This record gives sequence, C-alpha cells and structure tokens, in this order.
Amino acid sequence: MADTICRTLRDGGLEGEHAPALTIKDSKASPFGFDVFNYVLTQLSNYILAGKSQSRGLVVVAYSRSPSFYVDLLKRRGIDIASSHDWIHILDCYTDPLGWKNWLIDKDISQEASSLSSFCQDVRNLDKLYSLIIEQGKGLIGQGKDRFSIAIDSVSEMVRHASISSVAGILSNLRSHDQVSSIFWLLHSDLHEIKFTSVLEYLSSMVASVEPFNQAAFGQRVDLENLSMLEQNFRKGKFHVRFKRRNGRVRVMCEEILVELAGIKFTPVLSEDEIINQRLLPKVQFNLQLSEEERNERAKVVLPFEHQGNGKPIQIYDGRRSLGENKEEALVSTGKLQPDEDSGKGQIIYFRDSDDEMPDSDEDPDDDLDI
Amino acid sequence: MENQNLNLLDRALGLDGPSEPWPLSGRVVLIEDCVETSGSFVLHQLVKRSLSPTSSNVIIFVAFANPFSHYDRILRKLGCNLVTQRDNKRFIFFDMLMLRCPDEGKSSEGGLVLLYEKILKTICGLPGDKKDYVTIMIDDISLVEVAANGGSDYVLDFLHYCHALTSEFDCSLITLNHEDIYSSMERPTLILQMEYLADILIKAEPLSTGLATDVHGQLTVLNKGTSHRLGRSGNKIHNFHYKVKENTVEYFYPGSRV
Repeated sequence: MADTICRTLRDGGLEGEHAPALTIKDSKASPFGFDVFNYVLTQLSNYILAGKSQSRGLVVVAYSRSPSFYVDLLKRRGIDIASSHDWIHILDCYTDPLGWKNWLIDKDISQEASSLSSFCQDVRNLDKLYSLIIEQGKGLIGQGKDRFSIAIDSVSEMVRHASISSVAGILSNLRSHDQVSSIFWLLHSDLHEIKFTSVLEYLSSMVASVEPFNQAAFGQRVDLENLSMLEQNFRKGKFHVRFKRRNGRVRVMCEEILVELAGIKFTPVLSEDEIINQRLLPKVQFNLQLSEEERNERAKVVLPFEHQGNGKPIQIYDGRRSLGENKEEALVSTGKLQPDEDSGKGQIIYFRDSDDEMPDSDEDPDDDLDI
Repeated sequence: MENQNLNLLDRALGLDGPSEPWPLSGRVVLIEDCVETSGSFVLHQLVKRSLSPTSSNVIIFVAFANPFSHYDRILRKLGCNLVTQRDNKRFIFFDMLMLRCPDEGKSSEGGLVLLYEKILKTICGLPGDKKDYVTIMIDDISLVEVAANGGSDYVLDFLHYCHALTSEFDCSLITLNHEDIYSSMERPTLILQMEYLADILIKAEPLSTGLATDVHGQLTVLNKGTSHRLGRSGNKIHNFHYKVKENTVEYFYPGSRV
C-alpha cells in the first residue's frame, strides 16, 4: 500500500490536472512520519533514476534536516548523489532559515552552498520560497515539457514562520504549476489546530496517517502494565491511507508499520483474531491459548437457553400453554435437545409446580408478609 | 557500587561502551521533569560523565537557572571538580541569570541571536581536536522562554539553530524542560516541538502508585534511534526507578531493591 502511494506519485498528473499531492501525518504517540517520508523519498528517487517516472527531477525543501543528512540517507539506500546529482536539488531551509548567520559580525563562520544544495535564508517570505523552488526545479529539467517533483520535509516547520493561508497558498500554487509532476510533505498533526490539518488534507489527493499501535497506552504515566505497550508503540504503528480518486471516489486502506534497523517496513494488517490473541494475552508460564481440538469442543458446548442463538425465536415456557401447542418452539422444560446438537451436555430442566401458577411478575413475593 | 548504579542510566544512553566516539555526538537529548520529580540530577550525572578523564568532551553550559557555585557544589559531591575543569577549558560556563530582554519582541530575538553567536564562536574558537567533542547543555528551557518574554517562537528558533550546530559540528545538545508547566495548555507547542527534535527523551516522573520513601521517582529513557551518522540503532525504551542521595543517585529496576 505504501508502494501504491509511491506509484501514484511516480505516475504524476495528467495534462491540465493538478499534481497528485500526498500528506504524511503523524503525532507524538507514533512519530514515524519522518521514516515514512524518507521511504517515499527513496522510492521516488529510484523511479526517477530508473527513468520510470513522469518527473525527471526532485527538489527537496529541507526544513528539519541538513542537506548532508539526505545525502547520507540516499547513500545508505544505494543512491550516491554526491557524485551524480543532476536530477536532485536540496533547498536548505535548515541551516540558516532566518538569516541569523547574516547578523553575525564575523562572516568567516558562514557556510558555503554547494551545487547540490542552496540556501534559503528567509523562510518567512513564501513568495520568494516559491520562486526558488520553481527555479531549482526548472534548472534540473531544463527547457521543454518535462516535469519535476517536490518533497517538503516539514510543513509544520514552514507554518511556524508563515500564516496558514500563505502556506496553503504556496502548496496550492505548487500543486497547480504545470511543470510539477507530484508533491508530498510531512506534518505533525498534534502541533497544529485541526483547521490547518484539515486545510492540508483538502489540498491533498492522498492522506497517509501514522497512528499508534496501542492507542490506550498513550498519555498515561508509565508503569509495568503499559510499559510493554509503549515499547510496542515505538516499534510498530498503524498506517492509514485515504486516496481521492479522479472520479471522486474515496478509498481507504490500512497497513501496519514496523520500524527496524534497516528502515521502515509495511506489512498487511493481521486478522482480528490474531491481533486479539497477540495483544490481550499476557506473558505467563501456562498456556492460555486454545488448540484446534479444544476450540472444537468449546463450540459444541450447549449454552443456557437464552444464549443458544440458533436463529430460532427464543421462547421461555411460562407454564401457561400446553406442551403440544407449538412444537416448533424451543421448550427447554421438556428437556428436548436441538436436533443439530448431538452432545448431551448441561441443560436446565424446570418443572412448574402447577399450571395455575402465574408467570413471574413485578410483584414482590414477600408482599403478603405482615411486617 | 557507584559504577554499577551509573550503569543503568548509562546503559540506557549507550554510555557504558567505549567513550570514543562519544555515543551522544550529534544527538539531541531532552530531559523532562516536573515539580514532584526534578530532573536536574540527570543533567548533573551527564556533566560528570561528559567530563570523565577517559573522554575528550568540552561542555558549553548555558545556565539560566543557577549560578556556577550551585553546580560546583553538587558536582563536587559527585566527585567532579568544575573549577579545575573550567580552568582546563573543558567546562565553559555561560552565566545567563541576568539576561533580561526588554519588552520589544525584536530585542528578545536579538538576545537569543547573540547567545547563539556566542556559542558558535566558542565552538569555532576551540582547538581542532576539541571541536568535535562539544556538548551544549541548557538549564533550562522554560527560563529561556522567560528571558525571551514568553516568546516561545524565538525560543524554538534558537533551539533550531542549536540543532543545526549538532549537524554542523557533531556536537550534542542536552536540554531540560518542565513538562507540567505546559500541561494546562491545549496544545503545548514548545514542549511538543522539543520532543520531536529530540533523539533521546529522558522523563523523570513520580510513580504511578504515588509517593514512596525508598523510591523518589521513575526514569523513562526513550532512545529514538533516529538516523544517525552510524545508522539506525533502533528505538528502545528503558524504565527504572531512582533514589537521589547526598553524594550519588541510585538506579534500580522496580522490585529489585531489598
């Protein structure tokens, strides 16, 4: 499913259509959004390098990590951009986003940009940022009808320095630029008002949310009981993706995330029984699970009459009707077993004292006592 | 005995291995505490470990909370002489107690820019071999916010620039903040942002069962194992109890003390 997202970004948009846009959102309880972002970034880079994608270049707008981080990341995934980077450019909004280094008296301390990355020293000016992104993108793909993709590593950081409307504006403009093939960004949902998250979700054609594996464990004080759940939350998570199709249909898919040494892995969701078995069973030294044979035996147990649930209407013999009146009723007082149950296990046999006895009512049987 | 006690926190932080390369290089550590369980002892322990004879670390200690004499007194009891370390240029103390920015917003930012510049210049002014082993410690962030007249955006900008230093110089950044100050806020942006920035989160909180005489609180160390120059080390969570004594801190797993 994560691959479906990557393929959608790879395929890009049709002529005259807005570029597909992906929002990756996470929260403190399950902070794997950045891992997902890196996964998508790597996949898209592979597609671009292999010539399989609509876009011919990638502009990474780096707010939360340095350009060297992305160089190292891609290198670990087998893509050496230090030596060949005519397809990728990193706009460095991390090193000096507010131009503080310009204020320094001693200019020797300032860094130099490389051909792989360029500085943005005023992230408050989103118009300038927009121009920089487009300029870098066009620089990668040259003249012609080619397109490029954009990755923004933290929209949460972007909105710290600008208003919600201007951030929405720049994302919308980037999405509708005819040379932008696809765009994706990361958002930490708990840092913002719901309004901002909603705005971005409306702008996106795909919304991928990372959620905690154990919702209940979050927010409580740590103790022995929730420690293992918390531990699980920091290795696993749930991945929900909502796709908005061209025809307007919305499709929701779910996967599980496993965070490992080598990176992030996406696995299909386990069936409910397996999940329940895995999560609810405490680790003890005796066997709490049922074998197949035990499960079959359990299924054969005849439950007390009100729980039989065999589809027939449940009738309780109240002692007023004759037994032969309605043979189709399940009359437990006759002691008859259901035809499809073959084991004579426990049953409740109730004999009324007499047919004159009134059925149980709301009256207190002790009412006649003179106390 | 003392070495054994240090090891539980050290093990959680990866400090029980060889001291070079320093396991916390290039990483951001956030210590969160509250009124019932102060986390400053963690900061003191990290100062002591950073200044151990086997490591080459230099600490830039930005103190908003207490004067030098306070830390000197405490670290002496832990077996570390800060005066000597200061003279050896291994412990550089920035006394920020008198930093008070005037009311205008711009000057609050200006004050923090100057602080950043001071830190940057100090790092650049270190001899070549020491430049790679810098640890920046800030005690504590809530007071930085006070000094900036409540301008938490400026504080976040400052922290961002400090974070950029960890990337530029491979230094470590260790900060302390009080979680309960922000607990009444609907969206405690500052502390949340700090948690997102941090690679290692150390939380000092009371026991879920309440007060106790033998146990002062519990520490939860979450090592996010975010991609580091050496590759991922995997997310790990450690939880253990502690008791702060006069000259040391004891760490132990729940129920393991007689």
